[in-house]
Amino acid sequence: MYDAVPASPASATVSAIPGATEDARWRVIARTAFPFVVVGGAWEIVAHLGIFPPRLFPPLEAVGSAFVRLTIAGILPHHALDTLVRLLAGFTLAAFAGVAIGIAMGRSRRAEDIFLPLVSIGAPIPGIAYAPLFLLWFGLGNFSTVLLVGFVSAFPIIFNTWTGVKAVKEIWVRSAQAMGADQRRLFVKVILPGALPYILTGLRLGLAQAWRILVGVEMLAAVPWGLGWLIFGAREFLNTDVMLAGIAVIAVIGLALEKLVFQRLEQFTVVRWGMMT
Amino acid sequence: MNDRLRSWSRAAVTLILAAAVYEALARSGWFAPALMPTLEKIAATLITVLADGSMLAHAATTLYRVLFGFSLAILAGLPLGILMGRSRRVENFVLPLASALMPIPSLAWVPVFILWFGLGNTVSILIVFYASLFPMLLNAWAGVRAVNPLWLRAAGAMGADENALFWKVIIPGASPFIITGLRQAFLRAWIAVVGAEMLAASDWGLGWVIFDAKEFLNTDLMLASLAVIGAIGFVFERLVFGSLERATVLRWGMVRAAKG
Repeated sequence: MYDAVPASPASATVSAIPGATEDARWRVIARTAFPFVVVGGAWEIVAHLGIFPPRLFPPLEAVGSAFVRLTIAGILPHHALDTLVRLLAGFTLAAFAGVAIGIAMGRSRRAEDIFLPLVSIGAPIPGIAYAPLFLLWFGLGNFSTVLLVGFVSAFPIIFNTWTGVKAVKEIWVRSAQAMGADQRRLFVKVILPGALPYILTGLRLGLAQAWRILVGVEMLAAVPWGLGWLIFGAREFLNTDVMLAGIAVIAVIGLALEKLVFQRLEQFTVVRWGMMT
Repeated sequence: MNDRLRSWSRAAVTLILAAAVYEALARSGWFAPALMPTLEKIAATLITVLADGSMLAHAATTLYRVLFGFSLAILAGLPLGILMGRSRRVENFVLPLASALMPIPSLAWVPVFILWFGLGNTVSILIVFYASLFPMLLNAWAGVRAVNPLWLRAAGAMGADENALFWKVIIPGASPFIITGLRQAFLRAWIAVVGAEMLAASDWGLGWVIFDAKEFLNTDLMLASLAVIGAIGFVFERLVFGSLERATVLRWGMVRAAKG
């Protein structure tokens, strides 16, 4: 089961090493690929020995051909696209609501007193536990899924934004005020950039949370398309190769979200402003 | 102190208000009472299932699964993480695998594990293991690497052998990270067990109760189980890990490291 994503982590590790010479670069690639080759080889051997029925434990070439077949037929891209759209919709909802509530809590004592008890009660319950409740209240399908993903990923965003706004140094606020900044400028030029490292951490945690929940919710919510549903549905027909191909796509998307989206975003903002190294 | 009292009273006011709004909505008759039971009914259900012991049995099953998987993850992840921090070769082998597997949500494995191991306890335990392994592993690794090399050299200069170095310097030095790892691992495990039980359990477990209650529109039972799940999660987070932290890293004066 380890061999599903051979190429992507290698490239990710390589790009993290700046100024590597051509030779060293190849060594890094070989070193990163080595464990995958070992695990993949072990998988192949076990699969071909026939200890387990091949329907349940398919060899890698079966997984690969399922992947190619489904990609060419357009089924896999359709599932992946639907999952991504849901993830983005839910996460966008959470990002706007979470940052707004978090900033309100950090700036106003009253908002803090109102929201903090509610948030502290909702947060320790695992998001997936709400899933049946949401399905009952809002019906099966897309709406519940997106709402639940948004609801669940809002918590880390709220907490981190709140902490970030409270962590803005008092002296920055005072000096900005002494230099004649009005409320709006104070907010846009001081508080928002000051809290941004925390907000980004919150968004990152929120997205990871959304991703972890979404796949599970798709299995429960009987949505017509989506990677979670693809895996869950394939179980009925013992299509283990399709399931493993789906998991490989999930791994690639998860890795891409983490490496491409957030590391870039961080580099363009807080690292460039010298607030984080 | 006065300030704190005001915060508490405001929190209470908020909660009472929220409860009142919910109660008013539930009684208004806009929504079907089966979907939005009154608080009174939820409390009555909670008391009934607690009194007849069925909720306790479900909670015990869930706790058994989560603690079993969590312990396996500690047994595997902690030594491996420490080994990764100490040996370059192990790190080179394990880290690429871990970073490829980590972004796969544990629940994605549920259907595969059901096929491989059948419905029941094994699937839930393995999903918990998978979910809590990576936070444990990566935090132990980061913790060992974060041990100040100066401490190692000082201990070496004072004649500590390998054994003493490991138990007296490296383990305490890495402990803030290890405790963070335990915390994160349990949080993930708690999410994973509820999800796994919904998808794979046969007749016991808190996740299964919630999912099964949906079929019969027992919203009161669902909300009562949600409260139990929240309470158990809260107890573990605050009491178990909080006191573990107080007994170790806080007492050793490593709080700053624990926060960072």
